[in-house]
Amino acid sequence: MKPVFEEAAPVELTLRVNGATRTLRAPPLRRLLDVLREDLALTGTKEGCGEGECGACTVLVDGEAVLSCLVPVCQVSGTEVSTVESTGLASIQQSFLAEGGAQCGICTPGMIVMTKAWIDACRRDGVAPDEDGARLALAGNLCRCTGYGAIVAAALASARGGGAP
Amino acid sequence: MKVVTARTLDEALAALARATSESRLMAGGTDLIVEMESGRTRPDLVVDVGRVAALRWIRVTADGLEVGAGTTCTDLLRSVDALREADILVQAAREVGAVQIQNRATVGGNLGTASPAADLTPVLFALDARVRLRSAGAARELAVDDFVTGYRSTARRIDELIEAIVIPPRAPGERRAFRKVGTRRAQSISKVVVALTLDLGPDRRVRRARIAAGSVAERTVRLSHLEAALERGVAVNAIAAAVARHVASDVRPRDDVRSTAVYRSAVLERLLVRMLSETLS
Repeated sequence: MKPVFEEAAPVELTLRVNGATRTLRAPPLRRLLDVLREDLALTGTKEGCGEGECGACTVLVDGEAVLSCLVPVCQVSGTEVSTVESTGLASIQQSFLAEGGAQCGICTPGMIVMTKAWIDACRRDGVAPDEDGARLALAGNLCRCTGYGAIVAAALASARGGGAP
Repeated sequence: MKVVTARTLDEALAALARATSESRLMAGGTDLIVEMESGRTRPDLVVDVGRVAALRWIRVTADGLEVGAGTTCTDLLRSVDALREADILVQAAREVGAVQIQNRATVGGNLGTASPAADLTPVLFALDARVRLRSAGAARELAVDDFVTGYRSTARRIDELIEAIVIPPRAPGERRAFRKVGTRRAQSISKVVVALTLDLGPDRRVRRARIAAGSVAERTVRLSHLEAALERGVAVNAIAAAVARHVASDVRPRDDVRSTAVYRSAVLERLLVRMLSETLS
């Protein structure tokens, strides 16, 4: 059965996704996650739990980390959305590769996007990135393979600028 | 289903004038989207106030700290005024969900949803906050304890929205505490959450106690028997006995999917003893 939030009449929306302007028609409460994956074919963003518990679907809206499974698309018209496909995340992706910070891979896009949000927050607040800070920042992102050690190492390597550009 | 995306307070209030009991207000959407996804809620009308700038502000006035209903948890964490005037509200905001939820979830949404597990609501009870409601024709203010009426139910009329929360100025001898117990550091729905304020006189006696708890009843509740006992006077070494004696009169936690009654009662008592001992000594 179609979820109720798909029922309302579609509206036209314009937003920027990974630097490109996109105009689309969608029901206003369609989840940003579905718009990204199904309407814009950006399947890097994963659906884990679909109810805001796991962090797999994390994307940035105007630089702030949000769960795309909980964001109705009408609330992001006119904003800048960044997903794991964003070229600005390439060096963080390299750090996750180098540190082995991925196992099955479902949580990885959310971990990478959240790492970006954490590094930006450290810079903005003038805080030195450390392991406690990384673990706190990533606390909303679950890895059911439980590979947290390597994920945190990858986040710290990213903060040190360890990944190739 | 119809969706009205409001950009101004007037647009939101005009849409609400046509609302029914099945209609829903949406701010950050962190609760409503899950409710709709699961099929538990099927609104006829959703009024989206998530981007109404006139609901998103924090200011200090003669009435105290005023917080617009659309203020997010992250906004609270970044506000010097909120930290100075309502430190335990900021502390609670830090424990709501994780960063991704804090960036979206609002003060008005947390209160208006009236979940018994809401993290900010016990703090609003402990701070004697007032709720400013507005409809197209009128405005009124209620004590937060009168606003929350039951499990996910409030005194909000269907044509009203929460415009702001007003937290009165801190009393000179006021001490405060907040604790949440959940299953993990982030994203956990509370098993037990407690907020309290004690106004201490120069003799260190409790002049006024406000103690509120979440996840231990069908709604956020004041522990009024325990408050009255503290106001009559309890020695620091008698706190545990007073808590043991009065809490059962105030709440009887139940078993549910997140916890058992036995666990909740034990944790609630331990939290209260620890928080009261620290606050009074």
